[in-house]
Amino acid sequence: MTTHHAGLGAPLDAAPLLALRHVSVRLPKGADREFALRDVSLQVAAGEIVCVVGESGSGKSLTAMAILGLLPGRVTLAGGAIELEGEDLAGLPPARLRGIRGARIGMVFQEPMTALNPLMPVGRQVEEMLEEHTDQPREQRLARVQALLAEVGIPDPVAAARAYPHELSGGQRQRAMIAMALALEPRLLIADEPTTALDVTTQARILALVKNIQRRRGTGVLFITHDFGVVAEIADRVVVMQHGQVVETGPVQQVLYAPQHPYTQALIAAVPPLAPPQRPVAEPGPAVLAVSGLRKTYRSGGILARKRVVEAVRGVDFTLHQGETLGIVGESGSGKSTVARMLVRLLAADAGSIHLQGEDLLALNARDFRARTQRIQMVFQDPFASLNPRRRVGDIIAQGLRVHGMPRAAAEAKVVEMLALVGLDPGAIRRFPHEFSGGQRQRIGLARALAMQPTVLVADEPVSALDVSVQAQVLALLAEAKQRLALSLVFITHDLRVAAQVCDRILVMQRGLVVEAGETATLFAAPRHPYTRALLASVPGRGWQPGAGAASPPRAE
Amino acid sequence: MKRIGVLALRRLAQSVPVLLIILIGLFLLLQLAPGDTVDALLAQMGGGDAAVAAQLRRDYGLDVSVPVQLGRYLVRLLSFDLGMSAIYGKPVASVIFERLAVTALFMSCALAFAFSAGLVLGVLAARRVNGWPDTLISTLGLVFYAIPSFWLGLMLIVLFSVKLAWLPPGGFESIGEGLTGMAHVLDVAQHLVLPILSLSLIFLAIYLRLMRASMLEVMTLDFVRTARAKGLSEGHVLRRHVLRNALLPMVTFVGLQFSTMLGGSVVVESVFSLPGLGRLAFESVVQRDLNTLLGIVLVSAVLVIVVNFIVDLLYAKLDPRIVAR
Repeated sequence: MTTHHAGLGAPLDAAPLLALRHVSVRLPKGADREFALRDVSLQVAAGEIVCVVGESGSGKSLTAMAILGLLPGRVTLAGGAIELEGEDLAGLPPARLRGIRGARIGMVFQEPMTALNPLMPVGRQVEEMLEEHTDQPREQRLARVQALLAEVGIPDPVAAARAYPHELSGGQRQRAMIAMALALEPRLLIADEPTTALDVTTQARILALVKNIQRRRGTGVLFITHDFGVVAEIADRVVVMQHGQVVETGPVQQVLYAPQHPYTQALIAAVPPLAPPQRPVAEPGPAVLAVSGLRKTYRSGGILARKRVVEAVRGVDFTLHQGETLGIVGESGSGKSTVARMLVRLLAADAGSIHLQGEDLLALNARDFRARTQRIQMVFQDPFASLNPRRRVGDIIAQGLRVHGMPRAAAEAKVVEMLALVGLDPGAIRRFPHEFSGGQRQRIGLARALAMQPTVLVADEPVSALDVSVQAQVLALLAEAKQRLALSLVFITHDLRVAAQVCDRILVMQRGLVVEAGETATLFAAPRHPYTRALLASVPGRGWQPGAGAASPPRAE
Repeated sequence: MKRIGVLALRRLAQSVPVLLIILIGLFLLLQLAPGDTVDALLAQMGGGDAAVAAQLRRDYGLDVSVPVQLGRYLVRLLSFDLGMSAIYGKPVASVIFERLAVTALFMSCALAFAFSAGLVLGVLAARRVNGWPDTLISTLGLVFYAIPSFWLGLMLIVLFSVKLAWLPPGGFESIGEGLTGMAHVLDVAQHLVLPILSLSLIFLAIYLRLMRASMLEVMTLDFVRTARAKGLSEGHVLRRHVLRNALLPMVTFVGLQFSTMLGGSVVVESVFSLPGLGRLAFESVVQRDLNTLLGIVLVSAVLVIVVNFIVDLLYAKLDPRIVAR
């Protein structure tokens, strides 16, 4: 009975590599619900990649921790069996479990910067695995570390082994993490959002590496992700989770193209398609924002210190027309956020000009600029960090208005109006930011910016920290607000899918320079610059067109 | 190692202006005070006429302008000449030097004890957070923190010296017994037990709270989860991954706290009549021995700078992310 749902390629008579049967995990008393996981059943066969997909709070990471026996304190396994090659891990004493963790189950985590000990050389951290689980002599261990680092594609394994985590790039760190997980040739690899914190081109390479390892070694992979693009890229089978329960499971083709459960359908519908929608061809309006020769160089150091110079932005020009959405896309370090910050003068530009409706903002002194801040406002990325936790939402939104001299009563009326615009209850005025979810907080951030009635709105990765369904809602809201308030938008994102749906024109930035600019449809159809092509080729699941067989996706234009 | 060498040079270069600012500040403070050494001397001699005063001022070099005096003062300092102590009738440098060894021994023992005991107790408390060891240790820490060191010192004398007669009530060593070698070491150790306890318990409590909080913080970090997922035993997770990371804030704090501790030694040395710098400072204040007092402030400042220099290097040794900037 156990083999019916085993994956493709698994021998029919063999027990699956990993089988979770009716696993429940209980939360401590006083939590908002009794169970974090309820009746979760899933299987991973050898040589198979199973993707667990879900939004935050779906219990997908907790599932991984339950398998490893690493549930956080007071969160307990309430029932069910976790079988690894037929052996139930649920009842094992801690010492036995320790022998299995690392040796038979390898684990890769999301954030490679924080998942490695910052004070220990990378090679030593890999070696620790061998030291703990084998009797190999030191020379043999060191040789193995070198071989492992070479296997995961680290260019200079000798230097990398000696390096500390902060001396490696994000992609290299994640490769080291994978080398560590593979050290004892585990049959099962659990990867919890291993590429979420990485740039898209790096992500593509890491996904290829995982797939390569699975093929070469026949490792079973339980791959946890929130990104259906990644699923399309890598999965053999898919498990969809919601509120701690498995709502759908099946082969990847079936789940992606013919999802059965309404939640899966909604999730897939919320994934922005990579193909830009048809846009009505309109005459561009008058230029509202004209940027030319914008430069920024970060310098650190002084009299007694070594000078370090980073040229973040090396001469950027663009024009934003009335009613237009201009996207700036690029990877980390491309300078896109620096440009955004310079537009609202959170950073002082070193050179160049920013003309807002004909007036050079950079030429103004601080006081004159403050009077203009009403006309150019910004929405920030992290909805958790960008609102002052000690102030009430009403004060946060009204503060800008009051600073610019609006009487209290008028400001309060405006706050209510803005909350209604972003779809929040007026009761929100009296509450604090922590009482809201991520999506709601981003709405508050938007209300704060829109209350000033800006001409230009600069949105720096406004949906990157949000779940995909919430992301779709916030994008729709942004589109609606833009229409209603006649906004012009500078939209900064690393996500080409979002850019395709939202932007009229796109600038592609790399290492502080605009390498390509053009109409969204043209740029996606015929990218000219090699970097743009590389970016587009790295978008996970680019061959998959979401929406085929599901409800039509929400449009934000 | 090259990284730490560069850092050491840079930090040394940075401490030169700090020292200079302290020196000049001290000198100007002395100028601000009404009256000078000659006034003080004359007052001690029971008065004198203007001619004597002028002669004395010439002798002491007080008849030239302030900048010249400052220059001479700095030049004198370069040859470790801190002037004469009016009370002891000896050069201040030698008065301080005699006392420095006592204070250095006393302080380093107290610091080492507070640091290591605070560290161990903090780790124990963090391992069993909210369990009975944690409750016991945290309560004890609070009690230590709440007791003023002079009172603790007196109570320790009453209990261990007067009632139980286990340990001497004061002094640095037994006088007139001419002890040598091991016997001398043991004798000094016996004399130092109570002062070290009364000075260090407050700092022990602070370090223990800090270490406990720091351990708990580090234990929530991702790489500790990674270490557990690697199948390391709990002991290895703590020793190899948590401890060193948790030590970083402790080390910083020791540097910051050192001057407070030096201040605390004034009280404790007085209570236990230890012939150290702290007691010398106290006596100099009472007896208005300005030259000695300035010398002590200077030596203390140098001590604090040196300790912070060492702490900086230690921190850089512990944390490879620190670069010489």
